[in-house]
Amino acid sequence: MTAPSSPSPSGALSMNRDRLLSLIVRFRSVLALVVLTAFLAFTTDAFWTEQNLQNVLRQIAVNLCLSVGMTLVVLAGGIDLSVGSTLALSGAVAAGLARSGIRVPQWNTLVEFTPAGAMLGGILTGLVVGLANGVAVTVFRLPPFVATLGMLGIARGLTMLWTGGNPIHDLGPAFAYLGNGRLDAIPGLGWLPMPIVVSGTLAAVLALVAERTRFGRGLYAVGGNERAAALSGLPVAAIKRRAYLWCGALAGVAGVLLASRLNAATPDAGEGYELDAIAAVVIGGASLSGGRGTVFGTVLGCLLIGVLNVGLVLLDVSPYWQQVIKGLVILAAVALDRWTASRR
Amino acid sequence: MTPLLEARGVSKAFPGVQALSNAGITVQAGRLNALLGENGAGKSTLMNILSGVFPPDHGEVRFEGRPVSFRDPRAAHEAGVAIIFQELNLVGGLSVAENIFLGRQPLTRWGLVDRARMNRDAAELLARLDMRIDPTILVERLKVGAQQMVEIAKALSFDAKVLILDEPTSALTEHEVETLFGVIRRLKQRGVGMIYITHRLDELPEIADDVTIFRDGVLVHESTYRADDRSEYVRRMVGRDLAELFARSSGTRGDPALEVADLTVARPGGGQPLVDRVSFTVHAGEVVGLFGLMGAGRTELLEAIYGLHRGRCEGTILRDGRRIQVGGPRDALVAGLALAPEDRKADGLVLGLSVATNVSMASLDRVLRHGFVSVREERHRAADAIATLAIKTPSADQAVGALSGGNQQKVVLAKGLATEPKVLLLDEPTRGVDIGAKREIYALIDRWASLGMAVLVASSELPEILGLSDRILVLAEGRLTAEFRRDEASEQSVLHAAIPVRRASEVVA
Repeated sequence: MTAPSSPSPSGALSMNRDRLLSLIVRFRSVLALVVLTAFLAFTTDAFWTEQNLQNVLRQIAVNLCLSVGMTLVVLAGGIDLSVGSTLALSGAVAAGLARSGIRVPQWNTLVEFTPAGAMLGGILTGLVVGLANGVAVTVFRLPPFVATLGMLGIARGLTMLWTGGNPIHDLGPAFAYLGNGRLDAIPGLGWLPMPIVVSGTLAAVLALVAERTRFGRGLYAVGGNERAAALSGLPVAAIKRRAYLWCGALAGVAGVLLASRLNAATPDAGEGYELDAIAAVVIGGASLSGGRGTVFGTVLGCLLIGVLNVGLVLLDVSPYWQQVIKGLVILAAVALDRWTASRR
Repeated sequence: MTPLLEARGVSKAFPGVQALSNAGITVQAGRLNALLGENGAGKSTLMNILSGVFPPDHGEVRFEGRPVSFRDPRAAHEAGVAIIFQELNLVGGLSVAENIFLGRQPLTRWGLVDRARMNRDAAELLARLDMRIDPTILVERLKVGAQQMVEIAKALSFDAKVLILDEPTSALTEHEVETLFGVIRRLKQRGVGMIYITHRLDELPEIADDVTIFRDGVLVHESTYRADDRSEYVRRMVGRDLAELFARSSGTRGDPALEVADLTVARPGGGQPLVDRVSFTVHAGEVVGLFGLMGAGRTELLEAIYGLHRGRCEGTILRDGRRIQVGGPRDALVAGLALAPEDRKADGLVLGLSVATNVSMASLDRVLRHGFVSVREERHRAADAIATLAIKTPSADQAVGALSGGNQQKVVLAKGLATEPKVLLLDEPTRGVDIGAKREIYALIDRWASLGMAVLVASSELPEILGLSDRILVLAEGRLTAEFRRDEASEQSVLHAAIPVRRASEVVA
């Protein structure tokens, strides 16, 4: 048996080192982002230019919408594999409404839409898909993976039916503004691309929702321990439904943003985007078993993936290697997460 | 004679609690050592050390005379020390034989599992232990008692020399207990040494050779077992006067706060109801104890009042004289009822979330300002709870999972109290809690009652019920069999009322 040692200078030093280490571990996403950005800024000429940074933000915007919505679902212990297809369907509906409206044969009339109305229609489409996912999970009690896998197929098929398999383009400058314009209205921030303004605002709103509302607290409780949440009087099914609803609506926004940016909706838009969204959530520190994670973390994860995507292109890495590297980054992020969780 | 297994001077601390200090045990070949102690006495901790789940902080374990330290349960297993946990570790979807030989199935020449031989070997093993179980049946189709037999057979297939049984009879029927004791006797003849953890002293005369008693993590007694010393054993286990542990101030009894009439909870799938036409009243300022053996329906009764058996539940519930319909926990909370469930990890807490979030979980409305959670108000309330319940935690932001059992239990209670209930339903409020925390929880219950709350405490621990309650209700097989005032109740009378009168139709093999 040794007597407890008295605090010594070296003890204090190692305490500081421990604290530094724990700070590094805690803010590792920020750190990784800063290091990666600095690296790219110094090693390539093209990265740190206004044009490129705007492009990076523009590209990130779509995944940001998807992954922030996904965060809510993941927090509640679920998953949504259908966001890529929902994005396509919402974009196609918005584009279709903007371009040709809807013909109602019974009345023999054509209902036409303003660009804003068409976009709203697209977002509502996403919301309805999300609601359907929520009902499948809570009312029909399908496992989220299965329910949203089914929806992945359904929404993609509906997109094909709606578009006839062909892209819908030439949607007009007003429709294209959201995806290509800048925040001219506010002096000083005029350089900010509109898409990032939209998804950044939504991310901020959802961060507030997740951290500070009854619904948000419910997400953490339901994902952390569903039985304890139910015994605490929380409406578990309603909370889950709302998570899917938000996720679908955000996928709708993402679809509209993408269609607006391309000034066209393609039936194969968003294929595989669900994986990037899940990757951002996971890199951001959320647990796929639910109850752990933050919207802010997801935003960082999303930025990290976006910068990495652009960086690998600028560094002239072959597309094949790009995929390998992105996969490794996901594994490393989660492994680090596990390791720090076990030390806590 | 060298003991088969011996542990000496073993200490183990967890954050916030010294689970064992200078404890030990000796197991001789062919003998059964009964390890006694209350919940939180450190029995399970010692078992985990002996079976390699975690190492001791100090102390030595010797197996067949040599010092050992098992890396993990598998290493212990292979050396010949096997443990049968209370929660069984079998794969339900596999057959009995597959479970016994899991991971080491005999193979044919072609590298495939040799089912015929596996089933034959399993049948032989089971027959040697006189267990009548078909080795090809799926484990999930066996009753708990039979599953336990399979676990024991599995342990012995490793040639276990020491077998540790952790409260093996807690989920067994009388008949299954007899079968288990038969197996234990045969194992003794074959020279297997056993540690048998229990707090049921009445089981010991049949099987015990030695007795070891822990209290608050300390070894307080070891000797050969003598049936005549029973009361001495009890005294050593409890270690103090019950009066010292429970301070029930005689409060004033108010109006009826909760009246239950003809409450019945149907058994899923039919059969005898889980709760059968139970009626009683709990007054404001009163602590009513609900005693019953395992399966008597204590938990189901509390759950039914709390609205958890909707659709399978009949009867009326009055709150302050007015009839209420409880469709779920939300309704119950609105009606001024709060439940602290039995299994705090599964039902009571979100372990990954902080103390503050858990405390406010059932009463979030009270910390909302303009629809948003006021973190300041939430922290303020958490700090209050931490102070009044003396919760030992580094901060309100600490994840609940990192706290000790007693402090987790206090968080469960704090969550219930935060809803400002008029009726508190407490299910086993001191299970798995150390003696210090127990005493604190008893004092809290006493205080809440004197503040006018109606408290209904369900417990399987008789001293707890006797010490805590103003009145005692006894359940047996879902029926209310007796009611005692505090001064009329004795250990014998309450226990007598709790033991079901067996009917011939229910004695099923």
